[in-house]
Amino acid sequence: MSKARANILQRLTAVERPVVDLSARESLSRFDWDKAERIRRFTERMQAVRAEVHQADRANWLDTVATICQQKGLNNLLLSPTTEWGQAITQNAERFPTLKYYERSIEDWKQEMFYEVDAGLTSTLGGIAETGTLILWSSPDEPRTLSLVPPIHIAILETDKLYSTFAEAVQEQGWLEQGLPTNALLISGPSRSADIAQVLAYGVHGPKELVVVLV
Amino acid sequence: MAKPTEFRVDVEKALGKTEIRAHFRKAMDTLMINRRNQFPDDAALQALRTQAQAIRANALSKLPELLQQLETNLIKNGVQVHWAETTDEANQIVLGIMQKHNAKSIIKGKSMVSEEMGLNHFLEERGIEALESDLGEFIIQLDGETPSHIIMPAIHKSKEQISALFHEKFPDIPYTDNVDELTASARRILRDKFYAAPVGLSGVNFAVAETGTLCLVENEGNGRMSTTIPPVHIAVTGIEKVVEKLSDIPSLLSILPRSATGQPITTYFNMISGPRKPDEKDGPTEVHLVLLDNGRSRIYSDPELLATLRCIRCGACINHCPVYVRIGGHSYGTVYPGPIGTILEPQKSGLSVHGELIQASSLCGACGEVCPVRIPIPNIINRLRYDSVRKDTENTPTQEAGTRRKSLEAATWKAWSWAASTPSVYNFGSKTATQLRGLVPNNLGAWTSVRSAPKLAEQTLHQQLKTLGVDHE
Ligand code: SF4
Repeated sequence: MSKARANILQRLTAVERPVVDLSARESLSRFDWDKAERIRRFTERMQAVRAEVHQADRANWLDTVATICQQKGLNNLLLSPTTEWGQAITQNAERFPTLKYYERSIEDWKQEMFYEVDAGLTSTLGGIAETGTLILWSSPDEPRTLSLVPPIHIAILETDKLYSTFAEAVQEQGWLEQGLPTNALLISGPSRSADIAQVLAYGVHGPKELVVVLV
Repeated sequence: MAKPTEFRVDVEKALGKTEIRAHFRKAMDTLMINRRNQFPDDAALQALRTQAQAIRANALSKLPELLQQLETNLIKNGVQVHWAETTDEANQIVLGIMQKHNAKSIIKGKSMVSEEMGLNHFLEERGIEALESDLGEFIIQLDGETPSHIIMPAIHKSKEQISALFHEKFPDIPYTDNVDELTASARRILRDKFYAAPVGLSGVNFAVAETGTLCLVENEGNGRMSTTIPPVHIAVTGIEKVVEKLSDIPSLLSILPRSATGQPITTYFNMISGPRKPDEKDGPTEVHLVLLDNGRSRIYSDPELLATLRCIRCGACINHCPVYVRIGGHSYGTVYPGPIGTILEPQKSGLSVHGELIQASSLCGACGEVCPVRIPIPNIINRLRYDSVRKDTENTPTQEAGTRRKSLEAATWKAWSWAASTPSVYNFGSKTATQLRGLVPNNLGAWTSVRSAPKLAEQTLHQQLKTLGVDHE
């Protein structure tokens, strides 16, 4: 359809371009919140959309995750064995439900992935305090479906990667310079819908529960 | 009397449906309150609107260059780019991709452009199943309906109606009117469909030229599923959706969901920059983008009408429209209802098709006030009204301009304009009118069916001002 392309571009270029006032365009939204304030806002926003937020630290996060798995009665947990978190959990496997590793292409185990995984655990690239948001970048270790298909998503967020706004995160983390991954994702709560008579329901297509562990 | 048009008949019908009208009223009230709560600080809101407007206006001012940059970067990222001048071409492109893969079904995330294309109907006529996976779209598809709102497609339906519908279509599932259970049933049904679907389709909220990235805003995860699970992903979008830079995105993402549903942000914001890489374990192996014109480049050629293309499809103008809330989305008979539909549809398809919509406005101005990208919707409605009766039709790109021009009406206005600008005639006329005021009939047709007839004053305004001692010079 290169004819369509040529025609469209020809019509668009034939037009005298409007002069635009761009003075407002570049302003970058960010807030001077200290770490405690960022954590407070993040937690408040997440809880407002029914996500669970657990405060932990480097010393005890493993206990926190183990307790979450226990309380939710998980039979298994899907994770990447290569992340810092995945390695630690693997070394303490006896404290966790059966560990499943995302090691094959989805085609090779789609049935199991779709119908037999209880929860997926992922790391995060950071968080956003203003909106209560997790940032996830897909990678060979932590593929897109890990945070999408299982009914529960457990995410680990390091609080020193908590930015005040999305704009700040994009700039501070140098997204443009790094180059975007196949899939960059913002997650701000469990999957939800208000399509039936404006009544909120959770777990429409994505995870029904989102559990954030702050370290 | 002339036969009432289809639009008038539909409006009349819709006005009689008190139950549905109550749903709309309640839903729109909630949406308006939710939006207001998201913007407690008016100065901040106005600054954000100005910024969003500048971002979109900037993109439009460089549209052909940005589309080419987007294409170059998408191709570099491994995405295949297709261009379509008409909806038919766009449908053919989708069909061609499906045939190449021998695909007999497609699963769809929410996309208004695919509604614009009439894609479902087109594919079904060719023996291909097109299944909607957005919960609202899924529900109306079950009932053979079209969306009544661009963000909440099934907003006209009550919980009871949806329960009955599920029971009718899925007799194996026990009847329930519990929303959680209904949602769980839909999840189960659609999971199996996602599992098996050979092709997924989505819309695009913003396309970033600088990085070759397609952005999708959603709450349910149907967009993520449609763009991640099937081996082939086809995205369809209007050519106007491009923005220049990655740094343009956060502000648009900040204002879109707040204006739309009053959420600070949607559950998911999905930025797709290509198909699965060799070392990745999931995601589609093929990603396509279809860029659709369908009249947009014509709108682009007019400096005033161009503002229409800034739209980010938030639906705020719809939620705040006193006409929409009364007549509902279906009466418009268009893909896009409400104020945005009122200005967009006649421009896309010509004034003879949906030109009547531009009369269906009280010009209250609410739409223009809430629009996050400051589209002067009331001005554009006025402009289109002018286009519909203007004589110099070569000066507007609007199709079928001038077709509503009536010679008697035109002559009347011409005479009026002459009289009003000729003081002697005006004074004589207005004085005579006050003297003959008793002759104004009480019955003035449609006007007096719901109002009392106007009465002329005893004295002209000039006389009254003189009595009051106002010096008008
Ligand atoms: S015209 Fe403005 S308010 Fe209406 S949908 Fe578009 S962006 Fe939103």
